[in-house]
This record gives sequence, C-alpha cells and structure tokens, in this order.
Amino acid sequence: MPQMHLCSVRALVPLGEGEKRGFFSLLLEGCGLPDWTPGQFVMLRPESWSRELPWARPFSIGRWDGNGLEIFFQVVGRGTSLLAGLRPGESVRIFGPLGQGFAREENKPVLLLAGGMGIAPFAGYIPRRAGAPNLRLCFGHRAPLACYPYAALAGNCLSEHFPDERPGDLPSFLRRMEELLAGNAREEGLVLACGPVPFLRAVRDLSLKHGARTQISLENRMACGLGVCLGCVVKPLMDDKGRNRSRQPVPPALEQGLPVPVCSCGPVFWADAVELDA
Amino acid sequence: MGKLAVNIPWSGGEFRLNNPVLAASGTFGYGVEFASYGPLEALGGLVTKGLSLRPMPGNPMPRIAETPCGMLNSIGLQNCGLERFMREYLPRLPRNGPKIIANIYARNLADFSELAATLSRAPGVAALEVNISCPNVEAGGLLFGQEARAAAGVTAAVKKFSGDLPVLVKLTPNVTDITEIARACADAGADMLSCINTLSGMGVDVRSRRFLLARRIGGLSGAAVKPVALRCVWQVAQAVSIPVIGVGGIYTAEDILEFILVGAWAVQIGTANFSRPDRIFALPAELSALMDELDIASCAAFRGTLA
Repeated sequence: MPQMHLCSVRALVPLGEGEKRGFFSLLLEGCGLPDWTPGQFVMLRPESWSRELPWARPFSIGRWDGNGLEIFFQVVGRGTSLLAGLRPGESVRIFGPLGQGFAREENKPVLLLAGGMGIAPFAGYIPRRAGAPNLRLCFGHRAPLACYPYAALAGNCLSEHFPDERPGDLPSFLRRMEELLAGNAREEGLVLACGPVPFLRAVRDLSLKHGARTQISLENRMACGLGVCLGCVVKPLMDDKGRNRSRQPVPPALEQGLPVPVCSCGPVFWADAVELDA
Repeated sequence: MGKLAVNIPWSGGEFRLNNPVLAASGTFGYGVEFASYGPLEALGGLVTKGLSLRPMPGNPMPRIAETPCGMLNSIGLQNCGLERFMREYLPRLPRNGPKIIANIYARNLADFSELAATLSRAPGVAALEVNISCPNVEAGGLLFGQEARAAAGVTAAVKKFSGDLPVLVKLTPNVTDITEIARACADAGADMLSCINTLSGMGVDVRSRRFLLARRIGGLSGAAVKPVALRCVWQVAQAVSIPVIGVGGIYTAEDILEFILVGAWAVQIGTANFSRPDRIFALPAELSALMDELDIASCAAFRGTLA
C-alpha cells in the first residue's frame, strides 16, 4: 500500500561537473521501508513549499533500502529548480510507492534501453539483478556521462553508452539499439525502456519490427499521482473488436478503451498497448 | 466532535453531516483511491468525480498545468460512466458516516433526468450534485450555468427525478451576476448550492509559443481562487434562503472558518488534495481545535456572523 512519509534530506549531491548542469542525486532518510518494484515512483513535495506550488512532483525510485530513498533528477522547471536548493535536514513529504513497475522475468535475457534521465528507474532495477549473465544496458545521453547514475550501474551488467554530441551520434545509437533489440527478440527476452517520448517511439517501432517484448516507462506531467485528476492520461491502443491491441496480457483498465492515468495504470506499459503518437 | 456536526435543512428534512468537510468533485476520484491515506469515515462526505450516463474519454492532452497558487485543467469530464460507478465503486464506499454525493452532468435534460432517476435509487448515494458548467447542446452549446432559465431547467429536471435525495447545484463563477443564477436554481427547487466551480483561465508558453492546454482554455482552481469563492459564497448566501456549500482554494481549518463566517454550511476540499492526499483527513480535527481556540461553540453558532 502506498503511504505518506515525512522524511528529511540526508544529502543533495550534484552529479557531473558541479551544480551548474542541474543534475542531482537526492537522498532522503526516514521514509520507511516498503515493498517496491523497480519502475514504481514516488510523489515528492518539500514541507517548505507553500500553496504557490500546489503539486507534488513524481520521481522514479532509484533506491529504497535501509539507508533511505534515493532519487535522481535534472532541473527542468520551477519545481526541480527549487528542489536543487534543498539543504540537509529539510523536511520532505513523499507518498508512494506508486504505479506499476517493470515486469520481473528473472530467467529471461533483459535489455535495458535508457535515454537521458530515463536511466533513473534502472538505478532501481539493475542492483536487484546484479550479476545476472543476461542483463544488458544501452544508454544514450546528451550531458556528460557523470551527470547520470551510470558508472555505479555499469559494473553490474553488460553496459554501453552513446553520447549524443555530434551529427551521426544518434543514428549509431539507434543502430546499436536495433541490433541489441533484435538479438533480445530472437532469445524471446524482455526489453525495458525509459526516456523522452521520441526515444520511446523509436524503441516501440523497432520492437514491432523485430517482434521484441518491450515495456516502456512514461513520464507524463502529473498533479495527483493517484489516478484521480486524470491529467496524465495516455490512450490505450484498441482493435476494431474493442480489445487492447497488445500481444501481452494487459490490466483490465487498458481493455476498457478510455484513456488511462499513467500514474496509477503505469508508468510502465507494454509498448504495443498505448498510443505514443498523439 | 459534536460541535462539528452540521444539520443542513432541506425540503425533505435534514441533511446530517458529521462535520462540514467534504471532498470536492474531480479531486477525489470515486472515493476509494484515497483510502490508503486516511479513513474516509473521518470526512463529512465526498463528492464523486462527475458522472455521465455513458463513459466519456475526455479532452486531448495536455489537460493540466500548474500555475502560481493554482492549476488549470481541461480534463473534459472523463469518467467511467454511471453503470460502472454503480457496479465497481459505489459498493466499496462506506455506508455509515461520510455522505456520498454523486456529481452528475449531461448535455441535455433527458440525460440529466435519467442520471437522477437511477442514482436516486442507488443504495449509498445520499445526495446529487448537479454540474451545470457544461454545454447545453439543445441551446447551441451555451453553458447551462451561464443562463438563468437553462440553470433553472436543469435544476427542475433533476429535482423531478431525484426521489428522496437532496439536490445540490454547483454554480459557475463565470457569469456577470452569480446571484441571478443562484435565485433561478433556488426557485426551481434546488435544495443547496455549491459555490464555486473553476474560473475560466488560460496559460501560454513563450518558448514553444503554445497554449499550456490542448483545449486552450481551462478551469482555474487552487488557492488563487479562494477570494473569488469567498465573495461568491457571501453574495449567494445573502441572495437565497437555501444552504450554500463553499468550495474554492480551501486548504486549512482557518480557510474553512472563513467560508462558514460568510455563510457556508459546509465546505469542499479540492485542489488541496493534490498537494497532500492525507491532508483532508486531518482537517475536521484541526477545525475542532481552532474552534476551541476561538471559542466557537458550533459551526451553526459561527455561520454568517460576519460583523
């Protein structure tokens, strides 16, 4: 059951070359120790936030253990700018764990595809399968590698990364993704992807082309995090018989045809179950 | 907490609330979604997500945007439809304690009547709240709530089929004179009025040169609208003799007392539920403590006592 936790900031650590790039690890303590699944998220709102910012903010769970809860974020707007100013000891409310995490198919080869800060949920995923012989991470990024929690993960799986700095970088990343994805599909494995929507569309298209079984994690703007405001919805892909088009089993909410909240029915979906092109 | 109890008079008797704290429509789902954050029994009541006869897919994305002290939404009244609400959600709501108020909306009077007739026989539903901030298809799409005669027509249609249930009509502030609409609804048989629905608003992004919402114009809610809500509740409470429920930007026990002071019988908590889903459950106790501090014996004793 998701719950409210009043926790405090243990550390806010800038990643990469100091604070100016705006990438951070935030470590919170006193958040309890619930059961959670990689791919799930928390809603987070500092106690100091006034009514000026009414919404809590959603973040993938990077780590949640006896040492606390770690999330990773990049400054992209008003909320994250303020989070970048948090100090040790400050009170932060979180509620969670929320949403549906990634499939756990322990014996299958798993390919993780991450674009930018989309690597965050894999920080929670990889340690749970550390040392598995068939766990692979392919990571595309624009900011320097040190801005992301990559190094700590790379040792626990087969990993490779692709900076996107010059023309030609992106096509070679996509080519490599396709190779890996096709290989995973041949072995009837599982592909998990998180990143910006154009990246997820590319992953979805490649998955359809090669018949890969792929889950994607969406990052829609959220207000409530509980599935009630219906602000973060995504449309399910339906066939003409009114059934979800996914070849994988999907939860009942995705069979009803109405848009579904990403926060409560996702953020993880089978790539062929939802509309990414709207 | 006897001093928090509110007995709201209406033509069918008394609508009894354990306390004046209700959850507002559209911010509390069908009620069950908040159950892990507090006991629903602690609330005076809850108003469901707006229900239509058939499931509605709502508007295109993006549908929400945060604004200073508030938010804009244009959800487009997405909901699971009456039948699924009755089958899947209503049976899971508590029967004793919080009043379950079904919010309904339709685009024509026949659908409003059918919604009222069905819900008036549904076990567990204690009242109906009519959303009149929706386009009247039979009158060229003008909102029911923006024209006195249309507002009265909906009220009468729902009232005719509402059986033993009291009918609340939720007023829109997007009118020249809210008291005119309030009087029309009261004259047409409304038992209570909820003031207010969201304020019409808009947001744009100078970098992308886009509207923040796909539907361009949406409804503003949150702390930013509280002064408008307070003004509307005060004006309406002066203008009609039926009870008024205050809604708009309420976050704290002090906010609740402000609305009671200007004449509200109860209040609804909306956008505040998004800041902290557990907050609403603590409000009745905080209200009680603040009343003690201010020597207020009961909600009734404080209501409308503005100097």
